[in-house]
Amino acid sequence: MLQLEHLAWRLPGGESILKGVDVRVPAGKLVVVTGPNGGGKTSLAKLVAGLETPTAGRILFEGEDITSLDITQRAQKGIAYAFQQPVRFKGLTVRDLLEMAAGKPLQECEVCALVGKVGLCASEYIDREVDASLSGGEAKRIEIATVLAREAKLSIFDEPEAGIDLWSFSKLVETFQELQKSHHGTLLIISHQERILSIADEIVVIADGVVREAGPREEVLPHLLQGDTMGCMCPLGKEVRHA
Amino acid sequence: MNKVTDELLRMVADFKGNFTGAYNIREDGGCAGRRSTENIKIESKQDKPGIDIRVAPGTKGEKVYIPACVTHSGVDDLVYNDFYIGEGADVVVVAGCGIHADGEEEARHNGIHRFFLEKGAKVVYEEKHVGTGKSTGHRHIDPVTEAFLAEDSSLTMDTVQISGVDTTYRRTSAKLAARAKLLVRERIMTTGVEAAKTDFTVYLEGEDSGADLVSRSVAKGRSHQEFTSRIVGTARCTGHSECDAILADHATVVATPALEAANLDASLIHEAAIGKIAGEQLMKLRTLGLTEEQAEEKIIAGFLK
Repeated sequence: MLQLEHLAWRLPGGESILKGVDVRVPAGKLVVVTGPNGGGKTSLAKLVAGLETPTAGRILFEGEDITSLDITQRAQKGIAYAFQQPVRFKGLTVRDLLEMAAGKPLQECEVCALVGKVGLCASEYIDREVDASLSGGEAKRIEIATVLAREAKLSIFDEPEAGIDLWSFSKLVETFQELQKSHHGTLLIISHQERILSIADEIVVIADGVVREAGPREEVLPHLLQGDTMGCMCPLGKEVRHA
Repeated sequence: MNKVTDELLRMVADFKGNFTGAYNIREDGGCAGRRSTENIKIESKQDKPGIDIRVAPGTKGEKVYIPACVTHSGVDDLVYNDFYIGEGADVVVVAGCGIHADGEEEARHNGIHRFFLEKGAKVVYEEKHVGTGKSTGHRHIDPVTEAFLAEDSSLTMDTVQISGVDTTYRRTSAKLAARAKLLVRERIMTTGVEAAKTDFTVYLEGEDSGADLVSRSVAKGRSHQEFTSRIVGTARCTGHSECDAILADHATVVATPALEAANLDASLIHEAAIGKIAGEQLMKLRTLGLTEEQAEEKIIAGFLK
């Protein structure tokens, strides 16, 4: 489905954020990318979605080299991306955004279903503007709903848990599990949350711009939880080891 | 009523072949149709061009349409319309203006509206301006609105000017008595070398009166916009004005807010923001599959909605 080959990215100032990353995301799987803050996880997600351009390496999607494609072209090929920091729009409503995401007008019940999947009461939100009147958690959940609306081949969620209350987070985890069971698309989730790590098919640990460990959850998660050392702190507050 | 007027009315006043309720259609300085109802009387002024609209006290849920159309170049239309809204009435006034010009001469419409709201009256005033035609002469619309709001009355002004008007100078002033409320929602888009100027002056004279002025605008091409607001609070009151502008190409926008408080309990706020479309907004909509141009259109359409 998705293959990253020796992917590297530097900031304009020259600082190296990703240093030759190799990642494979199998079709129909839920893959979680985890690792300490500043390790390059969000940069990796942005490179896949086309928000940033790699300085070296290739991105293959369904066997096709999409490295040179822009954001729109990648979206049209079936890649969807939920921003870590939700974007706000004066004048655009929740329904407007979801219809743009779906690429078609939606029935009220369809909008309700999408908003309900992220733990929001649809009737209260359907005509709300996606502006500063929404709280951070509300905006975040609408952001996630736009990706669900796309029904994409590859859906990328960048720290979906950030800013979301416990109850909504539980609902979100259920939604990810439903998507996983239905084998509808492939999920790539950037997360620090143990509950999300625990539903992953595969886990990739990134730190200091390199992949420290990657493999099935059954193999990688115990290392994270046991705190095997590798010289950097893992997001669970423990050390992780080299692959 | 000629064909051009028919088309303009559809754009500015949601005309669908006829109006229900009271109406007065102004066409090139003359009257192209008029109807009064039991509660809303429309009469010509005797001393100058224009009409008096009198809404009976207690009238509820009625609409009155007073669109004005200029259908060719060389017309310079000036009209005085006065609205007398009776105590406790609750009505909607639709007052669009369309200018069509396809010659070399200018076309102009100046509408001078005065609103007198009696105690407890409520008015929603909807005004849409549009210019059409391929005139080399300019199209100008310069509306002046004066409002006098008695105790407990409220006036909501919803004004839109999206395209085709070369210059506009919109002046609005209001005086509010106790507990009266003024709500203004203005949306303007200018392109090419168009120019739009907006000037609000609001006097909050009554205890617990309030005004909320919000202007959203988009300036493209080499167009120029100016927004000026002045809220004067001389009693315990609340006033808020907001100018929010999206800038593109080589356009220019000037926002000049002014607040004057002459009472310790006057609470007045101004907000102004001018800038291009945020890059992250474009990126977000592009991740939904839109091109950059489509994303820009959606953002602007939503902003001006």
